[in-house]
Amino acid sequence: MSTITLTDVSRWFGNVVAANDVTMEIGPGITGLLGPNGAGKTTLISMMGGFLAPSAGTVLLDGASTWRNPEIYRTIGIVPETEAAYDMMTGWQFVLANALLHELEYPEAAANAAIDAVDMAAAQDRTIGTYSKGMKQRIKMATSLVHQPQILLLDEPFNGMDPRQRLHLMDLLRSLAADGRTILFSSHILEEVEVVADTIEVMVAGRHAASGNFRKIRRLMTERPHRYTVRSSDNRALAAAIIAEGSANAVSLAADRIDVEASDFGAFVHALPRLSHKSKIRLLDVTPADESLESVFSYLVAR
Amino acid sequence: MNPVIMRLTARSLLGRRRAILFALLPGILLIVAGSTRWGSSADPWATAHMLHNFAMSTVLPLVCLIIGTGAIGPEIEDGSIVYLLAKPISRTTIALSKLVVAVSTALAMGAVPIALAGAIAGDWHWKLTLAYGTSAALGAVAYTTVFFTLAVFTRNAIISGLIYALFWEGVIGGYVPGVRVLSIRQWILAPAEEIAMPQASTWGVSSQVGLSTGLVLIVITTVLAAALAARRLQTISVRGGE
Repeated sequence: MSTITLTDVSRWFGNVVAANDVTMEIGPGITGLLGPNGAGKTTLISMMGGFLAPSAGTVLLDGASTWRNPEIYRTIGIVPETEAAYDMMTGWQFVLANALLHELEYPEAAANAAIDAVDMAAAQDRTIGTYSKGMKQRIKMATSLVHQPQILLLDEPFNGMDPRQRLHLMDLLRSLAADGRTILFSSHILEEVEVVADTIEVMVAGRHAASGNFRKIRRLMTERPHRYTVRSSDNRALAAAIIAEGSANAVSLAADRIDVEASDFGAFVHALPRLSHKSKIRLLDVTPADESLESVFSYLVAR
Repeated sequence: MNPVIMRLTARSLLGRRRAILFALLPGILLIVAGSTRWGSSADPWATAHMLHNFAMSTVLPLVCLIIGTGAIGPEIEDGSIVYLLAKPISRTTIALSKLVVAVSTALAMGAVPIALAGAIAGDWHWKLTLAYGTSAALGAVAYTTVFFTLAVFTRNAIISGLIYALFWEGVIGGYVPGVRVLSIRQWILAPAEEIAMPQASTWGVSSQVGLSTGLVLIVITTVLAAALAARRLQTISVRGGE
């Protein structure tokens, strides 16, 4: 059982603040690090993995600093985001080389076990240069599992995987977590994180915006004011009907459209077609005004 | 030293296209040596001239530049160095293992062909072969270590190395005497001058610095560069795709 503890961690690159006063604890189980691109996820993972010094604050692995401390790699396995590997080697040679670098007692057996775990035995004798993106991802995964690390850090591991590979990786992460390991992976897709992570840490623009299980995060994200732009054959009548129905808390009438703000996302989208049908108003256009992930996240930060 | 890192480094050095490049340069050198012998009837003066102006000033620095930067630069550039760094191995061991492979390759592809070229082009009692062979061997160690360190510090290592080898040592060194004293080329030529005695001045084998000064500067530069590379690798920041 191992824990990574970040205390008041900041990291800046010149004038750019990539991580801003982050405090979090990553314990056993699966933790999803969620945030839009550029939120500082890779920066945080780099600091946890000892590849980047925090500009301020401390990053500890079971009480020991991760910076300038190669001993942590007996405990940590890292799946880097970079696609580059040693392309002229076969998958087997590459995983075996990693086992040898860890100075394991039975490197061949360890390499075999790691390759089996990621279901790559069939392709292990092909050179890495010929692998698809998903296969590369799995062979990278095997290199980081070869020494059976207590902590596994994965940067965007689901990128480029097809749905079957995705499910396979999720199962693998679950089984690793069931052994009491600490697993942290980053992603910018909520749906990906919530199926597999026990705990979700949300990062937005370098800040630690929210923390909790998926129910809490999902609620934070859905129970916020949602804005819609609606065009219809009779805007004024529709606006009156929406207000009367009660699922929206603000409706404003513009020249050729209605702007609606609804606090209950589900209730409003169900009510709108019913209202339109009942009052015989034709809906011409319904557009969510701010459904991008960035706006969802920035709402969390502003809160 | 870590044998796995050494093997991986050798493999990536010799497996890439640059391997053809640094096999090409010694190849050209041997052809030039053959034609020098044919053109001068194996005159040692012509041999010394060819080794001095082509082998030592162009072939050796370029071979060392390609090998020294190639042993670590591409891995830092594409981020795959992470696989080596994320292991319970001291960064000094990683740096030195890679450096040893680079220097050995430079000795084989730089120093050995230069000694051979001396023997092929025409020598007198193996004097030039020994003189320039020794000089090139020292050069392989010093140049490769310096260029390796350059690659650990900057992504523009090849450009900076070229500027140093061709511009600083070649062009500026031709006009400003003080610059010559601060050139690896002059330091490694000091033992060559000593070995070629008493014919050194007849053949034009000369260095701007004395033997002991040259040797001391070579050792200091090499050790300092290796230490800097190891130190830099301890705090190198590797950030994924961002």
